[in-house]
Amino acid sequence: MVTLNINGKSHQIDVPPDMPVLWVLRDVLGMTGTKFGCGMALCGACTVQLDGQAIRSCVTPVSAAAGKAMTTIEAIGVTTAGKKVQEAWIALDVPQCGYCQSGQIMSASALLARNSRPTDGDIDAAMAGNICRCGTYGRVRAAIKRAAQRASISGKGARS
Amino acid sequence: MTAISRREFVTVLAAAGGGLLLGYRAEGTQRAASTAAATHGTTSVSFAPNAFIRIPPVGSVTLIMPQAEMGQGVYTSLSMLLAEELEVTPDQIRIEHAPPDNKLYANQFFGEQLTGASSSVRAFYDPLRRAGATARTMLVGAAAVSWNVDPASCRARKGVVTHTPTRRTLTYGALASKAAALPVPDKVTLKDPKDFTLIGTPLKRLDTRSKVNGTAQYAIDVRLPGMLIATVAASPVLGGTVAGIDEQKTNAVPGVRQIVRLDDAVAVVADHMWAAKQGLAALDIRWNDGPNAELSTTDVVQGLAKASATAGVAARKDGEPESADAGAPTKVEAIYEAPFLAHAAMEPMNCTVHVRKDSCEVWTGSQVLSRARTTAAEVTGFPLEKVIVHNHVLGGGFGRRLEVDYVTQAVRIAKQVDAPVKVVWTREEDIQHDVYRPYYYDRMTAGLDPRGTPVAWTHRIVGPAIIARYLPRAFKDGKDVDAVDGAVQLLYDIPAIRVEHVRQEEPVLNTGFWRGVGVTHNNFVVESFIDELAAASKQDPVAYRRALLSKSPRALAVLDLATKEGQWGAPLPRGRGRGVAVLYSGWGSYLAQVADVEVMASGEVRVHRIVCAVDCGQVVNPDIVRAQIEGGVVYGISGALWGEVTLKNGRVEQSNFHNYRVVRMNEAPPIEVYLVRNGEAPGGIGEPGTAVTAAALNNAIYAATGKRLRKLPLQPGLVSSTR
Repeated sequence: MVTLNINGKSHQIDVPPDMPVLWVLRDVLGMTGTKFGCGMALCGACTVQLDGQAIRSCVTPVSAAAGKAMTTIEAIGVTTAGKKVQEAWIALDVPQCGYCQSGQIMSASALLARNSRPTDGDIDAAMAGNICRCGTYGRVRAAIKRAAQRASISGKGARS
Repeated sequence: MTAISRREFVTVLAAAGGGLLLGYRAEGTQRAASTAAATHGTTSVSFAPNAFIRIPPVGSVTLIMPQAEMGQGVYTSLSMLLAEELEVTPDQIRIEHAPPDNKLYANQFFGEQLTGASSSVRAFYDPLRRAGATARTMLVGAAAVSWNVDPASCRARKGVVTHTPTRRTLTYGALASKAAALPVPDKVTLKDPKDFTLIGTPLKRLDTRSKVNGTAQYAIDVRLPGMLIATVAASPVLGGTVAGIDEQKTNAVPGVRQIVRLDDAVAVVADHMWAAKQGLAALDIRWNDGPNAELSTTDVVQGLAKASATAGVAARKDGEPESADAGAPTKVEAIYEAPFLAHAAMEPMNCTVHVRKDSCEVWTGSQVLSRARTTAAEVTGFPLEKVIVHNHVLGGGFGRRLEVDYVTQAVRIAKQVDAPVKVVWTREEDIQHDVYRPYYYDRMTAGLDPRGTPVAWTHRIVGPAIIARYLPRAFKDGKDVDAVDGAVQLLYDIPAIRVEHVRQEEPVLNTGFWRGVGVTHNNFVVESFIDELAAASKQDPVAYRRALLSKSPRALAVLDLATKEGQWGAPLPRGRGRGVAVLYSGWGSYLAQVADVEVMASGEVRVHRIVCAVDCGQVVNPDIVRAQIEGGVVYGISGALWGEVTLKNGRVEQSNFHNYRVVRMNEAPPIEVYLVRNGEAPGGIGEPGTAVTAAALNNAIYAATGKRLRKLPLQPGLVSSTR
């Protein structure tokens, strides 16, 4: 039995300790906003946050998530950075097929929460692990910058 | 956005309409218009004058989408076409996937419900505007009857009809029952484009919100009571079969429920994907590799090269290229090659199926929903009306979901499972059992006069005829219109031209359409070769093209725009180069691209900037057009620089994103899109950005290095000196 804290809620789950978080979320808890893309931490579609860090849930055993605060796409809008990111994504119509966008948003929100003024280099480093086959990279970059700008205009910073 | 199935849809309508006769029964083939006639006299009836619009007495206007949303923005652009003429605002509508129905929802270019070939707006520009105008005309008519006034004195705006002189108003919902009783007019007046309030505007996409908060429902997200999850291994060699399996270790994996053996694949069915994956990994499968077991990429290329020595089926013939060529002082010849490519859509292939005693229900994401239904009927042996298929938003299409192999396979598996089962392919399965863009092998020749102007041009394309398999009714006289589209539509003014196709099938892999279809490999060859001719003539590549495009003003306009914005001719640092490419094809759009690349000493290519000028005629949503070009270019860069599926002993050597490399954030260049706005007929926009990219990159690499590449992917190799 593993206890997971997901989006502020505690879950008792009876699964093997080596089962990746991705499948616990999707197939056990029915939280399908987090996506399966590659199963090898190569594409970032499965990105969630553990204690604010963007991690690839497809290779993270559920045992490694116990005792940590997990945030998924379903609740990222509750965080300051996540809300700004989602707003910027909407303002620029970033998604196309949208399948990778949960992961993009989770990585971008983690970046902005620790770095309120990311440079292009910071964005490259934080986002290079998130593949988008529709090719929305230009808009992802612009939306991160927009979210950063909005966050600083609001005077509160992007830390959440 | 909510997806409602046909069955639910009928239920909803029946509930709203109180036992009325519906057009959308069983087969759904009856025209919806008769629905309106059949409902005469009933109260509180939904108004459904055609297959695309349903207006209930209370609530949102429902627009039914005949085309699949796979990121290209059709749910927004097609809604704009309907809403423009219907006179409703985007916040008044809700969207529903159309059920499978080739009669109601056929794409006119294919005669079936197919989303592909950059055709959605082209195919539905008039039909959906007419559908919207028809409904609006009837709603205005119903209001006029209510008030006993002349319809001409009434006006529809934002879902409300107003009697202009008295300012009386009635909402569409209030008019629904009455409008449903009116005859459907044969002719309606469409808006003058100058009066458009939606078409041509950058309306926000209707699906964005659901795609930023995790609520968008892809097929892979389907959850059903009692559903099991399966993952599958098909024979690693196409044509191979299962020789035997040892189930012992798999059965010991907690959560594994069942092992399903097909003749050419094995699936492990479990409580969740982790158990299914573990179970499959533990399964000892012995394969009979079959006749393709020894084949490798070199065998395929040898077959194509041999076939290229023979004449093909003529696709275009102007003048006498041989005699013109014979008299030309300069001759240029080249062979171009383009490899097998996987699609690698982000959502791996998946399909959920519940086979019951006498019916079958399928949940998937498909570009060809009716084909999905047909294959399920064939596999189960049930009549079509016993097969219900639900479509979803697609996590990428790119042509991969024009195939229904994954649906067929899932139904075959589900036939053996006593529960609904979701079959999910791993990424490895997805890459290694794709329906690949074929390998193509092209022979080019040209003759140049003393000034370097081409007087003869021949282009021999060697590769499969995808159309012969996929759309046999369109395969006439041995001509595959797709394989040659971008070669036949050559705009350059050359007096003697021959384009031919030598059909050479490649049984070692299943091959099909890839974003950009035939034009993608044609344009790479044509636009690289015209660059070779410019170089052979010691002329500037843009000036050389301009001189040959005097009869194509739209092509000339995009070329001039792209080269101006792309700063053609301005100095670049050492190791950098600019390349240009022009595109026109059956999509009806004109594009010109300028690529600015750097070739590192290691041979790695870095794309610094892409400028693309686009004339796609009437624009429905300029922001979606821009997004499609941006995304199409990125897809094109992945394919051009790194895309390559290779075979060894009949097996695909690539398996996941570590060895099937695609563009990432740090490799994606700024992409600038410049639109030419005019009133020409709408052209396709989903694929041209991909198709025009490879040649522009290739020509830029030549400009940077002096090295002419003729084979994709573009790998200049170690660069010792740059120009």
